[in-house]
Amino acid sequence: MELLLDSLFNGVAIGSVLLVAALGLAIVFGLMGVINLAHGELMMLGAYTTYVTQLIFKLPILKPFYNSYIIVSIFLAFIVSGVVGILLEKTIIRKLYGSPLETLLATWGVSLILQQFVRSVPLAYGTGLVISLLIALFLPTIFPLKIKESINFKYYKFSTWIFAALTGVLTGSLISSSVSKLSRASARNVDVTAPSWMRGQVEIIGTTFPKTRLMIIVITLISVIAITLFLNQSAWGMRIRAVTQNRQMSDCLGISTEKVDIITFGIGSGLAGVAGVAVSLLGSVGPNVGGNYIVGCFMVVVLGGVGNLLGTVFASFGIGIMTDLIGAGRLLSIWPDMPLPLSNTINFFATTSMARVMIFALIVIFLQFKPTGLFPQKGRMVEN
Amino acid sequence: MRISRRILAGLATASLAVTATSCGGGGTSGSFDDTVTVGILHSLSGTMAISESTLVDTEKMAIEEINAAGGVKVGGKSYKIEYIVEDGASDWPTFAEKSKKLIDQDGVPVVFGGWTSASRKAMLPVYESKDAFLYYPIQYEAQECSNNIFYTGATPNQQSEPATDFMYKRSPAAGGDFFLVGSDYVFPRTSNTITKAQVKQLGGNVVGEDYLPLGNTEVAPIISKIKKALPEGGIIINTLNGDQNVAFFKQIQDAGITPSSGYYVMNYSIAEEEISTIGPEFLEGHYGAWNYMMSIDTPASKKFAKSFKKRWGADRVVADPQESAYNMVYLWKQAVEDAGTFDDNAVRKALVGQKFDAPQGPVEVMPNHHLSQTVRIGEINAEGGFTILEETGVVLPQAWNQKHPSSKGFACDWTDPSKGEKYKL
Repeated sequence: MELLLDSLFNGVAIGSVLLVAALGLAIVFGLMGVINLAHGELMMLGAYTTYVTQLIFKLPILKPFYNSYIIVSIFLAFIVSGVVGILLEKTIIRKLYGSPLETLLATWGVSLILQQFVRSVPLAYGTGLVISLLIALFLPTIFPLKIKESINFKYYKFSTWIFAALTGVLTGSLISSSVSKLSRASARNVDVTAPSWMRGQVEIIGTTFPKTRLMIIVITLISVIAITLFLNQSAWGMRIRAVTQNRQMSDCLGISTEKVDIITFGIGSGLAGVAGVAVSLLGSVGPNVGGNYIVGCFMVVVLGGVGNLLGTVFASFGIGIMTDLIGAGRLLSIWPDMPLPLSNTINFFATTSMARVMIFALIVIFLQFKPTGLFPQKGRMVEN
Repeated sequence: MRISRRILAGLATASLAVTATSCGGGGTSGSFDDTVTVGILHSLSGTMAISESTLVDTEKMAIEEINAAGGVKVGGKSYKIEYIVEDGASDWPTFAEKSKKLIDQDGVPVVFGGWTSASRKAMLPVYESKDAFLYYPIQYEAQECSNNIFYTGATPNQQSEPATDFMYKRSPAAGGDFFLVGSDYVFPRTSNTITKAQVKQLGGNVVGEDYLPLGNTEVAPIISKIKKALPEGGIIINTLNGDQNVAFFKQIQDAGITPSSGYYVMNYSIAEEEISTIGPEFLEGHYGAWNYMMSIDTPASKKFAKSFKKRWGADRVVADPQESAYNMVYLWKQAVEDAGTFDDNAVRKALVGQKFDAPQGPVEVMPNHHLSQTVRIGEINAEGGFTILEETGVVLPQAWNQKHPSSKGFACDWTDPSKGEKYKL
């Protein structure tokens, strides 16, 4: 019983990291069909946001609230990665819809640029830049219609850019002068330390679980529930689903597909940022942190069935539990006196590297029989 | 088309400018009769840049020190050392390519370079075919002995063997079972083969081992294996690389695998530089084994740390790989002065037997092109340094490990033409 519980928990823990990382991609790649190789780097931005938030919460004014920085950083990471994602959509991806190969190459280029960006730009100014982007993208949208229709609107728009740039430079230098660690560029990996209430372990039904793992499971659960509710219950969610199923028809019926694209991509990217927070709790934060997850993310989305969130959930927990079963050699302890050749084989695959090989092989075999994944998309889109 | 051509031209100019600035020389003062240009080849970009750039800094410092003291004196003339820095870009074929460039095009008499074993293995054929000379400063898995490479880092018997002995006999977990964790590449696997043979000789048990693929930070399966194999605590030998250590130590602490609950980790790849990145709060109470530690309380060690901080910034630290890099520049200079020429073959002969008062204590070049060194075992303290617990005497290097089944009973001697790379003892 204890063994089963332990194995289940480990599997869910590994799976939830995969799921939270793949959730954004399931939307961007699954619903929009965009192969976004910069997804890992959007995660990396989320992880760096956690780091920056942590340092800012160490300032004397915010010190009393230090323990809650991780909650704040979840929202900030969503915004930061979302904004960068929207900018990416507006400048590059929009021009490449319908040409997957070009999208793939372009987003790969973007991922390299983002990696080098965090290496060579001080994080304080990086933060400033994101803030000015945020203002420049959203300030014009809240102008009343009257101003928008006037002839002078372009001046208003221009002045918001100036305002945004100034705020960005100002916050950048403010952060850089108050937090010395952020004022210099460094390629060195940095470290996020979980607040004290999240360290250590808790005991549930006789077994102990690390608290950070539980936290990641909670983050994942909330993200999945929130995104499911959004897609199924809200008006925008309905529009997104409509555009996914039939773009031309939705366009004819008066849905602004352009807006839908921006919102979908923004949410997908924002979720990558949330994944970045989760990942930063496990390891160190560096320019390459996202790249390590990108293959796993695509694997989960393809296995689950492109365009299906439920499939992504099942696929990631499935892979998580398989990783634990094979990698930790648990089958041997469940069935201790199995025949020798079989137990030797299992022992051979009971290392982290070989477990990965085994799981890749199993997925390849599975996709031979069900090429569209666990839960294939049904409907018009499939027919064309 | 015109625009793209203009961009290309711009790129070309920019890259020219970069090359021009990277070919800078050493100090400026003093009067010299001539100059000699040496090659420095480490990764300045890519994943290894963080580690390898510290070696470039140290080698530059050593060259500047030598120049300030009058340069290299050969045949009554004084030579100022200048250097060409090339970027291996964390890409092993690039190391081979840049080596060819340094040897053929720039005609340097010596190259100081490399970090990973993969980069060394890629460079080795180049140096052997051109009969050039590479100085390699990193602690490594040995099982190699080239006439064209001079190894100033520790061999396993100068690091992991005394460390395993300490863990089994004198650590708080003495007599306990061993679990081996490493990154999945040549150094951890070779090192652990040696450790397993040694633990068997000592009468201990290795109850498990696992390797994490490079770049992977999911250590949950390894943690459950450790808990299953060592329920009451024990000894963990860690050969994980770089950032994977951060994930490992964060997660084992959360899972309750700590010194206070009886688990002691001995690390072979964590030096002062890595401690500050991982955070001493995760590492306190675990162990490390090196030839040089910054906390060595001798004038030579203090001087080395002080001049490095003075040259590159007060927040910088020095660690074992840097000390090796520092030693090799000085040993090259001494060998050249003894040989009276920059010619490779003469320098190679003069090199064996060179002695140097290194920051770690006296070192001497042995006939197998490795260094005799002192081994130290340290406990990681809350300040991010090592508290030195033990110090061996001078340990002779074994290029062919005497505990590894494939090399037992073999040795290497380049001073005797009949022995060479691998001969039976």
